[in-house]
Amino acid sequence: MSDPIEERGYAHPEVLVSTEWVAEHLADPAVRLVESNEDPLLYATGHLPGAVEVDWTRDLNDPLRRDYLDREAFEDLMRRIGVAPKTTVVFYGDKNNWWATYAFWVFSLFGHERARVMDGGRLKWKQEGRELTRDVPRHPATEYRAAERDDSRIRVFRDDVLAHALAGRPLVDVRSPEEYSGERMHMPDYPNEGALRGGHIPGARNVPWARAIAPEDGTFKSAGDLEAIYRREQGLAPDDDVVVYCRIGERSSHTWFVLSHLLGFEKVRNYDGSWTEWGNLVNVPIER
Amino acid sequence: MGQPGERADRAVSDLPEPLEQALESLDLLTERADRIEALIGLADRFREVSPETASRPFPESHRVPSCESEAFVWLLDRPDGTLQLEFAVENPQGVSAKALAVLLDRSLSGLPAEDVARISPDIVYRIFGSELSMGKSMGLMAMVSKVRALARQRFR
Repeated sequence: MSDPIEERGYAHPEVLVSTEWVAEHLADPAVRLVESNEDPLLYATGHLPGAVEVDWTRDLNDPLRRDYLDREAFEDLMRRIGVAPKTTVVFYGDKNNWWATYAFWVFSLFGHERARVMDGGRLKWKQEGRELTRDVPRHPATEYRAAERDDSRIRVFRDDVLAHALAGRPLVDVRSPEEYSGERMHMPDYPNEGALRGGHIPGARNVPWARAIAPEDGTFKSAGDLEAIYRREQGLAPDDDVVVYCRIGERSSHTWFVLSHLLGFEKVRNYDGSWTEWGNLVNVPIER
Repeated sequence: MGQPGERADRAVSDLPEPLEQALESLDLLTERADRIEALIGLADRFREVSPETASRPFPESHRVPSCESEAFVWLLDRPDGTLQLEFAVENPQGVSAKALAVLLDRSLSGLPAEDVARISPDIVYRIFGSELSMGKSMGLMAMVSKVRALARQRFR
């Protein structure tokens, strides 16, 4: 059983809401619940009443280029799911909120400030026996004018990552130890994960993303426990310039959330090109 | 889920006839919501491996590798020389794994091992679309590969 969010010592506790808080705001028109899952069937099997689905591939990515949606598409998405600039968006999902924090990160690129994550995600909500429904809500369309996507604050591209690595600044590889070591790029007989080389970006520390989670209920660990991992064990400091990455930037968005919002690190950027880009680049350094 | 019609264009050759028919039926569902509804309908009909076949803890030799839904597969011999497929999915959120298990059971049980061994992991994309995450697609493809591997063992 986790301590209440406000007692866990987070730098920005307001970014998390509890399942109890969500249960009390199910009918609140100022709150929009957004479910984002890895499994495309899960939302349709039952979701929180009033929750809309944001699919990580269909809704958040450009359909042609390897990039996220642009301002116009983001505005369309927000209108479709009934989010106004002052709506508080609460993300939750499967896999310990892995995809929920990914959606949160993409929304942050557009500066939607009223964004929260439901601590524990689907797992905790279901464990508590709370209501799920198959009814798909229809929220009134909104007017939403978004700012242009700002890739400069929390996103980083390969040239900057190379300079970052060569300068010896902190990188966190949140993949599994087997992926980090290059031992595993793909399972035998299965398609490879899109990279020609295995290993990690030189100097990267390996902290699998799920270490930040209490596995019994999917909640985030306390600030003290997170500091033990990221600060004392890995030697990171809140004023470090940190780049996080994984395979395509989804798992690392979870670690980005932990470092920047729960621990209050000032500059954390997610390299969404991640290993599917780095492991295919010609003549960049790789460590194993 | 991929774009409507995308699955119908994806060539999967030489599949056992009942499986091909099942996939063609799914191909007709070009609206994402209809496809999801059909797959959830399959998942709802999932029946776990019978206690006569296996009980917990399930033997590791039947575990599907790299499947986060913790799926297990059994291929049982029927008196007529055909196979009966049975599955367990330990992750209660493994809806896609359950849907795939039901589809495989319905379309492959009653076929000889040589036919079952003709399945291809590519059917995962035809069933679920190309927009699955890598982890999810690998887990589901591993289920198909496990069935194929167990079938191949029968006539090696």
